Amino acid sequence: MSLLQIAWRNFRHRSLSSYLTALSLGLGVALVVMVLAVYGIVTDAFQRNSAVSYNIVVGPKGSPLQLTLNSVYYLSQPIENLPYTQYMEFMTQAQRTEEVRKLGGSKALGETAGEYSRFVAGGFAIPLTLGDYYGEFRVVGTTPDFFELLRHGDDLDQKFAFAQGRNFKTYTPEHGYFEAVVGARVAANFGIKAGDIFYPTHGDPEGKGHADAFTIVGVLAPTGTPNDRATFVNMEGFYLMEGHAKPVENQAEDFVAGEVADDTEIKPLTIPQREVTAILVRNGGLWGPQMMNRINEGTAAQAAAPVGEISKMLSQIVGPLLVALLVITVITCFVAAVGILVAIYNSMNDRRRDIAVMRALGARRESVTAIILLESLLIAIFGCVLGWVLAHGAIKFASPYIEAHTGVQPHFFSISSYEWYVLPCALALAALAGLLPAMVAYRTDVSRNLAA
Amino acid sequence: MLEVINLKKSFVQPEGGQLPILDVPSLSVAAGEQTVLIGESGGGKTTLLHLIAGIASPDSGSIRIAGTDITLLSESGRDRFRAGMIGYVFQTFNLLGAFTALENVRLGMTFARGRHDTARATELLDRVGLASRAHYRPAQLSVGQQQRVAIARSLANRPKLLLADEPTANVDPASSQIVIDLIREICEQDQVALLMVTHSMDVATQFDRIEKLDAINRVLSTTH
Repeated sequence: MSLLQIAWRNFRHRSLSSYLTALSLGLGVALVVMVLAVYGIVTDAFQRNSAVSYNIVVGPKGSPLQLTLNSVYYLSQPIENLPYTQYMEFMTQAQRTEEVRKLGGSKALGETAGEYSRFVAGGFAIPLTLGDYYGEFRVVGTTPDFFELLRHGDDLDQKFAFAQGRNFKTYTPEHGYFEAVVGARVAANFGIKAGDIFYPTHGDPEGKGHADAFTIVGVLAPTGTPNDRATFVNMEGFYLMEGHAKPVENQAEDFVAGEVADDTEIKPLTIPQREVTAILVRNGGLWGPQMMNRINEGTAAQAAAPVGEISKMLSQIVGPLLVALLVITVITCFVAAVGILVAIYNSMNDRRRDIAVMRALGARRESVTAIILLESLLIAIFGCVLGWVLAHGAIKFASPYIEAHTGVQPHFFSISSYEWYVLPCALALAALAGLLPAMVAYRTDVSRNLAA
Repeated sequence: MLEVINLKKSFVQPEGGQLPILDVPSLSVAAGEQTVLIGESGGGKTTLLHLIAGIASPDSGSIRIAGTDITLLSESGRDRFRAGMIGYVFQTFNLLGAFTALENVRLGMTFARGRHDTARATELLDRVGLASRAHYRPAQLSVGQQQRVAIARSLANRPKLLLADEPTANVDPASSQIVIDLIREICEQDQVALLMVTHSMDVATQFDRIEKLDAINRVLSTTH
C-alpha cells in the first residue's frame, strides 16, 4: 500500500469534506479557466476580424481606434463624416470625370486625378456610410464592390457567399436604388429572407423610422466576421433617405448637373450633397505607410491601420481588463486554497491519533507529512478537473451564443495556452495549503497522542 | 532480547522543575520469554513501553533490543528499528478507520519495508480467526475482533519483541481471555519475546514472570 493509496483512503474516509473542499477549489479554477477562455475568444475574435482584405481605413480626424471600431466592427459611434470629394481622391481622373458626369458636381473635380489614386492603383477604395440601424444591427451604406472585392477567412481568400439571393446593385428597374443584403445573424434574428423589405431607423436603434424601405435581395452565408451582424444597403439608396443629404448653401461656380439621373424617377444626390463615414482602402503596392502619412499630415482626414489599432486596443484596454479579472479569479483560487488548508487543518485534531499510530507502526515523520501533502494534492487534482470540466461545459453550453456574437466557435476541448499553467499553479497552491497541516503531522508527538 | 539498564524519565512540570516518572534500574526479557508488567494507573507502565518502543526518548539509561541500543539511534533510525523489530498492541486498538482489517495489517508492512505481503497479512488474520472479516472496516467489527486485528497487525513484520499495553482493558471479559490466549500462543509459536502491561491480576497470574512497577517510587520489582 503506497503513501498515495493511504492518502486516497484518507480522502475517501472524509469524503464529504474532501469533495466539498475540492468543489470550492473547482469553482475557483472554473472562474480562472473561463476568464482565460473569454480572453482567448475576445483576442481571437478581434484578431480574426482585424484580418481584413484592406489595410487602411480612412475617416474623419479623431480617434483611430474609434474609426476602426465603427468601420471594421460596426461598433461605437462614427466620429463624423468626410465630404464625398475625399473619397474621390482615391479615384483616377477618368473615374472622377465619370462621377461628375453621372451625379453632378464641380467640373474641376473631373479635370485631375485624385491625390491618392496612384497609391491605390491595383487595389481598391470602398466607401462606407453609417448612421442608421435595422433593429439593433448597423445599416452600412456601401457599393456592390464591398462583396465583390473584399475577401474573408483565415487566408483572406474566401469570397462572400450568399445563402439566399444575390449582391445588391446600384440601380435596378424593379427596386430602384433601394436594394439591401443582410448578414447571416441579422437574417436569423429577424427571420427575414430575400424578397422581404425593411425600414431603417435613423441615428440609433430606437430612432425615427425612415419612410423608404429597402428590399432584401440577398442573405449572406455566415462568415464569422462582424459582417454577419450588419445590414448592407446600396449607398445611393442610403443617400436618398430623409435627412441624409448634406445641405449645400453655396454651389460651386463650375457646377454641372448629373446626366444619368435624368432617366430615373429619383435623382441620386449630387457630389456636394454626399458624405462618406469611412473608406476601406487596399493599396496596390507597398504604398500603405506613405499614403497614411500623406493623409495624416493633411487636415481633412485620418488614415488608420486596423490591425495595429486592434493590437493596441488588446494590449492597452482589453488586456489590462482581463488581467484585472484574472487577478480577482486568482484571489478566488487563493481563498479556495485557504479552504483546503482549513479543511485539512481542522481534521488534524481527529488525525493526530491516526498519525501517532502510523508513526508507532514505523512510519517516519516524512512519510506522514507526505501523506497529508498528497491528500491536499488529491483535493487539488479533483478541484482542477472539476473546475476545468465545469468551465468548458459552460463554454460549450454558451458556444452558440458566443459564435453568434463573435464568430468564434469554441469547442469543449478548445484549450487556451494559458490553461496549461492553471493545473500546476493550482497544484502548487494546494501543496502550499497542505504545508501547514503537513507540518502539524510532522511535529505530532507520538507518545502523547497514543496515550491520549 | 530486551535489556533495560538505569532507565530514567521525567517530565517538565508546568510550574517549572522536573517530575520524575520512571526509574528502572534493570529489566530484561529473554527471546521467546513472556513477561507481564503490573502496576497502578499512572505508574508509568505505558511510558516504559513507549521508551522501549522508541516512541519516546529517556533522560538517561540504555535500552538494548537484540543487541542494539536504541537510545543511541536517531529518530528515523528508531522508526526503522521499531518497524522491523517491535510489534505494539495498544489498549485502544488504534485501528485506522479509513482502512479495512486486511489493510490495517498491511500498513505496518508498508511503513517497515515500503511494500506489503498480502499473503502474510491474510495468514495473520486467519490465525486470529478473522480471515472472513478481512475486508471489514474497524467500525464494522466488534471490540474483541478489533483487538484481534490489532494483534495481527502487530505481528505483520515478524517482530522479535511484542509490547502489549493493557490489550484487554477495553475488551469484554469473554473476549479478554481469547485475546490473552491468542497473544501468548502466537508469541510462543513464533518465539517472540512478550512484555505485556496489565492492571488485571487475573491476567497477570497466568504469566510465569511478573514485573511490578511501584507507583510511588516508580521502580520495578520482580515476582516469580
